[in-house]
Amino acid sequence: MRFSIIKVLQLAITLLACAFLLVPAIQSVLAGLTVNYFKGVSSGLTLKWLWKVWELYADSVFLSIWLALSCLVCTIIIGVPAAYALAKNPGWISRILEEFISLPLAVPGLALALALLQLYGTMQGFRTSWSFILVGHVLYTLPFMVRSVLAVLAAIDLKTLEEGAATLGAGSLRRFCDVVVPNAMPGILAGALTVVTLSIGEFNLTWMLHTPYLKTLPVGLADSYASMRLEIASAYTLIFFVMIVPLLTAMQWASNRAQRISA
Amino acid sequence: MTLSLKNASKTYPDGTRALLPSDLVIETGEIVSLLGPSGCGKTTLLRIIAGLEKPDEGTEVWFGSDNVTRLPVEKRNVGMVFQSYALFPNMSVRTNIAYGLKMQKRPRAEIDQRVEEVLTLCRLTPLANRAVTALSGGQRQRVALARAFAPRPRLLLLDEPLSALDAALRDSLRDELSDLLRRFGITAIFVTHDQNEAMAIADRVAVMSDGRIEQIGSPENLYRNAGSPFVARFVGNAMRLGKVEQGRTLSLEGGQLSLPDDGTGRAVYVRAEDVCIADDGQLSGRVESVTFLGTHYRIGLSGVTGTLLFSLHPGASAPKPGERVKLRIAPEALMLLTEDTAHP
Repeated sequence: MRFSIIKVLQLAITLLACAFLLVPAIQSVLAGLTVNYFKGVSSGLTLKWLWKVWELYADSVFLSIWLALSCLVCTIIIGVPAAYALAKNPGWISRILEEFISLPLAVPGLALALALLQLYGTMQGFRTSWSFILVGHVLYTLPFMVRSVLAVLAAIDLKTLEEGAATLGAGSLRRFCDVVVPNAMPGILAGALTVVTLSIGEFNLTWMLHTPYLKTLPVGLADSYASMRLEIASAYTLIFFVMIVPLLTAMQWASNRAQRISA
Repeated sequence: MTLSLKNASKTYPDGTRALLPSDLVIETGEIVSLLGPSGCGKTTLLRIIAGLEKPDEGTEVWFGSDNVTRLPVEKRNVGMVFQSYALFPNMSVRTNIAYGLKMQKRPRAEIDQRVEEVLTLCRLTPLANRAVTALSGGQRQRVALARAFAPRPRLLLLDEPLSALDAALRDSLRDELSDLLRRFGITAIFVTHDQNEAMAIADRVAVMSDGRIEQIGSPENLYRNAGSPFVARFVGNAMRLGKVEQGRTLSLEGGQLSLPDDGTGRAVYVRAEDVCIADDGQLSGRVESVTFLGTHYRIGLSGVTGTLLFSLHPGASAPKPGERVKLRIAPEALMLLTEDTAHP
């Protein structure tokens, strides 16, 4: 097949765009593995920077994972029933509530964090515990869970399905567990994917809320860029990649699977 | 179990009166159809019986000797087949059918046995482990019926169970549904807007219009002794000939018609199958349209009444449009009905 000029141009632009995105990432990864970045790759490859990062920031890795999982649990416990209530009672009050839940998306993370600090900053035990950051993360990620579940619930004939279960003798709690949750699963999974990724990558809010003893991955990254050698910061980025990519893939797989089942 | 409704009514918050106070008694094992056009209150009545709709104050719903008016739907033990079937997409055919029994907290062995029984009865055994999303419309309908019937409900309620199917399938499934309901031997109420469906399945038909039960009776009784113009028109498509001024004759554009009885002040209705084209007819009209329907012709006639009058003509050949023909209507085929001013 003969390539027309347009085809060639398309290919060139695509490759350029890919290069534009990928080259810095590859360079950063390489920098994390190079003995001396200023001398270039010719100075040799090493894993010592990675080890150094692990020594310095292992706590951040575990804290971030712990925060993301706790945040996921909280958003599921609050978000799924909330989405269910919104789906069951459509009307202007629900619309307003839905917008209200989504407000943290529009308000800058810094402002949100400032408000939290003003309100709870004086409660010493709470201010210095990881749960303070968790509150911020839940506030920020909750709308994603609610909207994702709500979208699925709106697409199925929830009312009739529940009436069907009710005529078969199921009370409201059983209906929620047997009918609502399983049928909302694709939405819950898609929401979970977003929540975990957002929580692990969240910087704005967390940077305001963290204490020197509680640094999440992105806060640690900022810290390493500011105060360490460039090689260490780059190695840190590599660790970030290694952590988040399999997580993203696994959750993408899970949500695709759920969608196939429900289709 | 005898179902009795006393004074059942429903008014929506916006003031719409979906159901005017109605009484209804349904005997054990009876299959009753609620028949009427959309918006007549038939589905509302069914949902009040199920407990899915909160009726107005003063309504009483009795299941045998239990007053269930205040009992929520999940405690009433009724089986319901929804128009859209409402099968749980997250469960297989078998788990859908077992769900009601599971809610009754029956022992595992008993549930399995009952599910097998119902699967066999509804000829669903080969599909037992399929996902409900992988079934055809007719199969879904059978699963919905099996699911409603498995927990041995006191009453089976069906909301337009055939309307989600295409026309070709509907006719064959109508007979199948009728057969299954009779084999179940259960009191059943089903809502439909299709008179053929109601006639084919039900022991008794309650014809509803504008939130009221107009007439209730066996299909034959409704067909032969329609009590109101609405019932005559809805069951068997009766046509209005005209109103009697005085005595035992009806004067029409196309001639005089003698009546079986004194019809002063009443309207005369007739069905198309009772309008015969015959040379010795008392009436005359002009052929406007001829439609061939296989077993007979449907002939539209003008000049008999104010509007087009139809005749079902069984002959091997039919008159051509434009021809003048004589019509005969046997006096006993005429229905003399009192017209309600509110329901002309």
